[in-house]
Amino acid sequence: MIVGRRKLIAGLGAGLALGGCQKILETGPVDDLASGLDLFTRDAQRLVTPRSALAREYTRAEMGPDFRANGNRTVDSPAYRAHLADGFANWRMTVAGMVANPLNLSIADLQGMPARTQITRHDCVEGWSAIGEWTGTPIKLLLDMAGVAKGARYILLRCADRFGDVPYYETIDLIDAYHPQTILAWRMNGAPLPERHGAPLRLRVERQLGYKHAKFVTGIEVIADFREIAGGKGGYWEDRAGYQWWAGI
Amino acid sequence: MANGPDESGDTARVVRRHRASTRVWHWLNVVAVFTLLMSGLTIFNAHPRLYWGQYGANPDYAWLQIGARGGEGYLRVGSLRLHTTGVLGVWEKDGITWSRAFPHWMTLPSNYSLAAGRKYHFLGAWLLGIAGALYLLWSLANRHVSRDLWPRRAELSPRHLWQDIKDHARLRLPKGEAAARYNTLQKLAYMGVLFVLLPLIVLTGLTMSPTMDAGWPWLLDLFGGRQSARSIHFIAAMLIVLFIFVHLAMVVIAGPVNEIRSMITGRFRLPAEDKR
Repeated sequence: MIVGRRKLIAGLGAGLALGGCQKILETGPVDDLASGLDLFTRDAQRLVTPRSALAREYTRAEMGPDFRANGNRTVDSPAYRAHLADGFANWRMTVAGMVANPLNLSIADLQGMPARTQITRHDCVEGWSAIGEWTGTPIKLLLDMAGVAKGARYILLRCADRFGDVPYYETIDLIDAYHPQTILAWRMNGAPLPERHGAPLRLRVERQLGYKHAKFVTGIEVIADFREIAGGKGGYWEDRAGYQWWAGI
Repeated sequence: MANGPDESGDTARVVRRHRASTRVWHWLNVVAVFTLLMSGLTIFNAHPRLYWGQYGANPDYAWLQIGARGGEGYLRVGSLRLHTTGVLGVWEKDGITWSRAFPHWMTLPSNYSLAAGRKYHFLGAWLLGIAGALYLLWSLANRHVSRDLWPRRAELSPRHLWQDIKDHARLRLPKGEAAARYNTLQKLAYMGVLFVLLPLIVLTGLTMSPTMDAGWPWLLDLFGGRQSARSIHFIAAMLIVLFIFVHLAMVVIAGPVNEIRSMITGRFRLPAEDKR
């Protein structure tokens, strides 16, 4: 079959159009639209799902043999080594910011509160999933104890781990913070939370992707706005690489 | 030229071939589907392994994997391993060798950025989802589906199907009035995309969403787990690629100028009947 001239021109045109695709997507209005889409998606999904819908809870038989650790697997500091050596007996976590009664709690204090155990699936933004059993303190109990002030909209998780000099942190809104499955976990798979999974405390926020699940947590701050904090995008990966603040799909 | 018969002196009859809704949807889909396919490959590159079941990560068995070992790229499906250096797993860009699943020219953005890939993917997804839902409803309402796409009982007889397959294999395409309607294989292909592949790819996409899984847990049961949904999402995407290749090949064979014009202006010149 002989390729006609017009056919050839059409083919070349299609090639050029594809090459121009990325350029079009990177222009102002299209990029703005795409960048704000995570909140649109969140609102749309919240519209069609109950606000307190629970993430699926699995049985132990449904767990895989090995839960992949990701992000920082340790905190590279002598202080953390010392905490690790004494079983985090002196680790403190604070609840501060827009609260009536700031809290300063030990792991034992947290373990003395009502706890929740859940076997849930962890979904990394990269695409993989792992199922693990988590036991921890519901964030709701901590927020109720501290008394959240009017005007508060988010909680900020402060973490001990760093990428280079930059400390890890994350923010979630109060809808996710008050969700029954949102806990500060201190046990995993029936044992104290391992170092590589964020000992002694890590967040579980089961309706978002893995990078929201802050590890090595040192404190919760109740805030109205995160735009003045660190890079202003509400989380370490959001600041560093433009990951969506609402980590969903 | 492929539409040569028109130039043999016959008076070619021009008909209105495609509705405005079909034409608009077609070109929106060109934008959405290419954005989705290419940004989807960027997302795949973040974890180039596919699993069956609820979970799946590096310690678990992947039924499909694209990787690099000893400087050689490979694609492994089950126990079948293909060497793909240069195309998959290991490839070059501007003289620099990269070890990454899909090469830069297939992905959006062309440099690896999972955050940007996701951003474009969801933009494309909303476009595909909204336009697709509207088109589906509109095509049921204006009876495009029942009149033009739904195969007649006689068309589904093995005899008729076999004839259609033979005609396609010999590139003997309908002429005259028959060219103004879809043939049976065409109907089945378009119905398959509209009613099977597109819903499947949207639903498996939603099954990967932790929020949607909480609200609509039946999604996980329907597809046998999040990682199964991810695998099916990828397979459905590859079937759409296959559809696009066949579709483009048919356009070229049937006469690209006439076909493309009919999808832009709606006007289609009927290929003249064979008189010999």
